[in-house]
Amino acid sequence: MLSLSTRRRPLSPPAPDSTVPEGRGPARRRPAGRTDPPARHRWISPLALLLTWQAGSAVGLIPERLLPGPSTIAATGLELLRDGTLLPAIGTSLQRVLIGFGIGAAAGTVLAVATGLSRWGENLLDPPMQMLRTLPIFGLIPLFILWFGIGELPKVALVVIAVVIPLYVNTYAGIRGVDARFHEVARVVGLGRAGTLRHVVLPGALPNLLVGLRLSLGSAWLALIVAEQINVDEGLGFMINSAREFLRTDIVVFGLIVYSLLGLATDSLVRLLERKALVWRRGLRP
Amino acid sequence: MAPRTATLTTAGEAAAVRGVHKAFDGRTVLDDLDLTIVEGEFVALLGRSGSGKSTLLRLLAGLDLEHGGDVGTADSVMVAFQEPRLLPWKKVGANVVLGLDTDDPRGRASSALGEVGLAGHADAWPATLSGGEAQRASLARALVRDPGLLLLDEPFGALDALTRATMHDLVLRLWEQHRPGVLLVTHDVDEALQLADRALVLTDGRISWESAIDLERPRHRQDPRLLDLRTEILAELGVDMNGTP
Repeated sequence: MLSLSTRRRPLSPPAPDSTVPEGRGPARRRPAGRTDPPARHRWISPLALLLTWQAGSAVGLIPERLLPGPSTIAATGLELLRDGTLLPAIGTSLQRVLIGFGIGAAAGTVLAVATGLSRWGENLLDPPMQMLRTLPIFGLIPLFILWFGIGELPKVALVVIAVVIPLYVNTYAGIRGVDARFHEVARVVGLGRAGTLRHVVLPGALPNLLVGLRLSLGSAWLALIVAEQINVDEGLGFMINSAREFLRTDIVVFGLIVYSLLGLATDSLVRLLERKALVWRRGLRP
Repeated sequence: MAPRTATLTTAGEAAAVRGVHKAFDGRTVLDDLDLTIVEGEFVALLGRSGSGKSTLLRLLAGLDLEHGGDVGTADSVMVAFQEPRLLPWKKVGANVVLGLDTDDPRGRASSALGEVGLAGHADAWPATLSGGEAQRASLARALVRDPGLLLLDEPFGALDALTRATMHDLVLRLWEQHRPGVLLVTHDVDEALQLADRALVLTDGRISWESAIDLERPRHRQDPRLLDLRTEILAELGVDMNGTP
């Protein structure tokens, strides 16, 4: 037999968890005595690499013919900007990517919604999309040249295909991953098909859609770079290819840097979009 | 509104279930079940897990349309689920008025949130709410539509005891103001006895026991009439009373 004697505690402060029925948890704390190194340290190793490269070129360890030093490349870049080669080339390439990306993104999203929301769509559309996915897209180049010639069309078409696939796969998975319990909420409050799509399905799939968007932007640039190797007479690829013929390694390297900066810029745009669109994930108040 | 197989309620009824049969893969869950909830009546449905209580609630909510017999409900039926199920990508206020046809969604949302003690939380993200707050927002979402039938699917099960007691008071107050017919599905006998006008026990797909609870609210836990009912219900649920204080 248990004897339960209740004793009143003399003036001790109340146990914190017994007085807070609905309070929020304490703020997360980092373990005592540890501080993360500041983020600016991330600049150290790239700068060191750059300096080593510059020094190696200056003392002749790295042959100028194979890889010019950073200062030479920077000077070349400035020169290309000044003589009016660079900006039109960037414009042309950017235009190809944006047109291809726009068409591909729209098609990928529409296809994902159609397959994600209906059994009919899934049965009819998903198999060909999965087939397309396994196809090596760069293997399509000869076919595209035969079909579309050597103008802008085959290049844009290649970008479209490169964009559609990752966006479709991710968005489709996102739509299917929306919690079935939220669909029940939609039914109970009487949202129709369009309302459910707008308030439940698309926002629920948005995190995946944005991941797909970033992946597809990456593969859009990749597809463009490959497409621009063949039969071009303008754009960054043309600039790089003509430089190769004149053994201008500096222009080739500079062109590659421009490609990666452009890729970085578009990626940052999507990340910015991600931060804006997914505030609810971190539970921040606006 | 979700489609319904039949709207058979006559005037004065919030829900009318007639000869309902439901089986999953040949296993009978609801067996020729009858149940009537009159307008404004608070009914508690008890049962062991697997007794079919949640299945019955889903039929009444129109979330499961494949069954035998007739299920009729008031025109507007709302559910507060076991988990709050607030859409995490919509602010609390937008969750409350989700799908509501109104000229003043903000005003409706904040007055509904005020009723459940969450005034000023309309612009918060659901992720910032505590469990009790989220469950209250879910109640606001149900009540802002003034339902004729309110289905509560163990909505207090996941809350701590103190929060649950506060929620009981809140639900009673809201019920007295809005007067929907209520079906509260629960496994907590004391909860049923504190809140309901009538308690039912579901056993093997049939209502095996029922009793009116004709006592004034608020009810005292130690009221001998409640204790008698409690013993009866526990016996019906197959709980051995020897050994429990």
